Amino acid sequence: MSQQSLTTTPAGAQGAGGGGALPRGSRLGAEKLFRGLATAAGSTVLVIIVAIAAFLIVQAVPALRADSENFFTFQSWFANDDPPKFGIAAIAFGTVLTSALALIMAVPVALGIALCLTHYAHRRVASTLGFFIDLLAAVPSVVFGLWGRDYFRGPVGDFSKFLHDHFGWIPLFGGGGPYGNSILLGSIVLAIMVLPIVTSLSREVFAQTPAQNEEAALALGATKWEMIRTAVLPYGKPGIIASVMLGLGRALGETIALALTLGAVYNVSFDLLGTGGNTIAANIALKFAEANPTGRSALIASGLVLFAITLVVNMTARAIVYRRREFVGGAA
Amino acid sequence: MNLKRPGILAAIAAATLALAACGSDNTSNAPSDSGSAAKPTIDCKTGSLTAQGSTAQGNAMDEWIKAYGQACSGASINYKGTGSGAGIQAFTANTADFAGSDSALKAGDEQTKADARCTGGKAINLPMVIGPIAVAYNLDGVKNLQLKPATLAKIFAGTVKTWDDAAIKADNPSASLPSTPITAVHRSDSSGTTENFTKYLKATAPTDWTTDASKDWKAAGGQGAAKSDGVAAAVKQTAGAIGYVEYSFVQVNSLNAAKIQNGAGEYVALDDKSAAKAVAGAQVGGTGDDLSLKIDYATKEAGAYPIVLVTYEIVCSKGTPADKLPLLKSFLGFVASKDGQAKLSQFGYAPLPDTLQTKVTASINNMA
Repeated sequence: MSQQSLTTTPAGAQGAGGGGALPRGSRLGAEKLFRGLATAAGSTVLVIIVAIAAFLIVQAVPALRADSENFFTFQSWFANDDPPKFGIAAIAFGTVLTSALALIMAVPVALGIALCLTHYAHRRVASTLGFFIDLLAAVPSVVFGLWGRDYFRGPVGDFSKFLHDHFGWIPLFGGGGPYGNSILLGSIVLAIMVLPIVTSLSREVFAQTPAQNEEAALALGATKWEMIRTAVLPYGKPGIIASVMLGLGRALGETIALALTLGAVYNVSFDLLGTGGNTIAANIALKFAEANPTGRSALIASGLVLFAITLVVNMTARAIVYRRREFVGGAA
Repeated sequence: MNLKRPGILAAIAAATLALAACGSDNTSNAPSDSGSAAKPTIDCKTGSLTAQGSTAQGNAMDEWIKAYGQACSGASINYKGTGSGAGIQAFTANTADFAGSDSALKAGDEQTKADARCTGGKAINLPMVIGPIAVAYNLDGVKNLQLKPATLAKIFAGTVKTWDDAAIKADNPSASLPSTPITAVHRSDSSGTTENFTKYLKATAPTDWTTDASKDWKAAGGQGAAKSDGVAAAVKQTAGAIGYVEYSFVQVNSLNAAKIQNGAGEYVALDDKSAAKAVAGAQVGGTGDDLSLKIDYATKEAGAYPIVLVTYEIVCSKGTPADKLPLLKSFLGFVASKDGQAKLSQFGYAPLPDTLQTKVTASINNMA
């Protein structure tokens, strides 16, 4: 029956050789239209990026011309003064330092959670826990900031004192009190905010490890931990890197939570415990409202630097993922 | 945010009253909102106004707009607390009908650009809201801290590091001061409060305060916190902390505020009356209808609290669009009136002193 119905298809389709009907005129038009739409959507991204970059550059130039200090090495931000004095050094350093610290704290925990959810926890527990992790990602950053400022500052201050008393010989913990808004506080809050992003993504990646790989490892006598080390982690590596980079993107651009928890001090210092820390985004949030035209232009110039940092970070991540692609056979 | 609490309490109180009133046989109209029961006599006008600027006067504006709306229908007034700088920019760009600012327009570029917007007139500053700046501290067992300007400058400059320092002891002979280290908290954002506070320190203690007065905190050391709310929170949480905030934040967070020595040598506690006295002694620096003030921080006026912030409304002396002018004059007239100013004290602001209030009203009447 079915064969008969196949052979009675219209004559026009027979030349197609493959069963699929050759698109007729109108459908070919739809094909072209869709292709056009998709290409347009794709190029929108490029247009937006170029437009943002152009906007930043055009707006930043007047302030950079007016700056009476070296924009790249000066550490303070007095852009409203006459003559304006401002430099990116301290806040760019602070941006990178807090983000790096946040990732150092968040990534191991996030990977642990992801492995626990995919390979250790009972299915029901895993889905509940996963739900809470996703919930954490939905909390607005101002809430994290206020929580950090009003409830978390005390415990972190006590912890800072402990670190200073016992490990004060390490320069990172050299800062004596009083302990309040510090790089440590800011980066811990940031780490909590980055955690759900890294967790969710790497969980997806770990869950996709081919069952054959895992079973093969187990069949060769690997323990569970050895199986994870030899099968799951190598397979997921590009995914892990991608998730870390996404987390880093959030950390670099995070604004209000850091404006509330960092000490807004303009210096380049590795002292994590004392009052200190500032980032480009937080500085923009704190200074924009009262800035005069030059001050605004200067803040936009700092935004341009943040844009550049993010671009470099993303391109580096791309390069890493690309280089490892053949190793895992197209998992990226 | 916290400032809304008195409003909520008032609403609850009003609701309770109304409920209680229901029980009895009431014939009179329930005086549900005692605040607006005595309706001020407003020369109502209709239309719409948009304005923006200083966040320091945001709560005052909210209250005035509410009161004006209750008394007059058909007027829509909108004030956004975007910051003084943004307010002046919007005024200059003709997107705001008036701007709120923590400092008068600066002579030169800022004034010229703003003038250009006012066809046939110029941009003038009307002092409207007096915001006293409190020096809030958190020190167990010390209730009536007294500070000379020089001591205050030393604390914020970081040269006085502990509470039992000789300088503080000299100001407080009878207090028992602990050896707690001092955490001086300043605003990490740009703000008119910082500008006025540092102006005060610069004027009264030039030898101990050597950094420039500015919207940005320039002294080294100390701890930064975002916005007045952040400073108040940091002072409240940290033993041994001291910070400067608008008066309302002291009230809302029930912090202790230090008594400050004025030019007459007396230590004055902060309240709306003592702050208004300092402004009464201020000189008008502007010409004509422009009423920008020169505050004498070393005021010898008896009972005057010297650290005050005056915020202005910036308007056109002439050249406000004809469809906006009647409402603008009517609204500002109400704001500057005794009734309008009387609404301020519960929010931690001080009313304009009489002499100044007369001048402001005259300037508003002259607007065309």
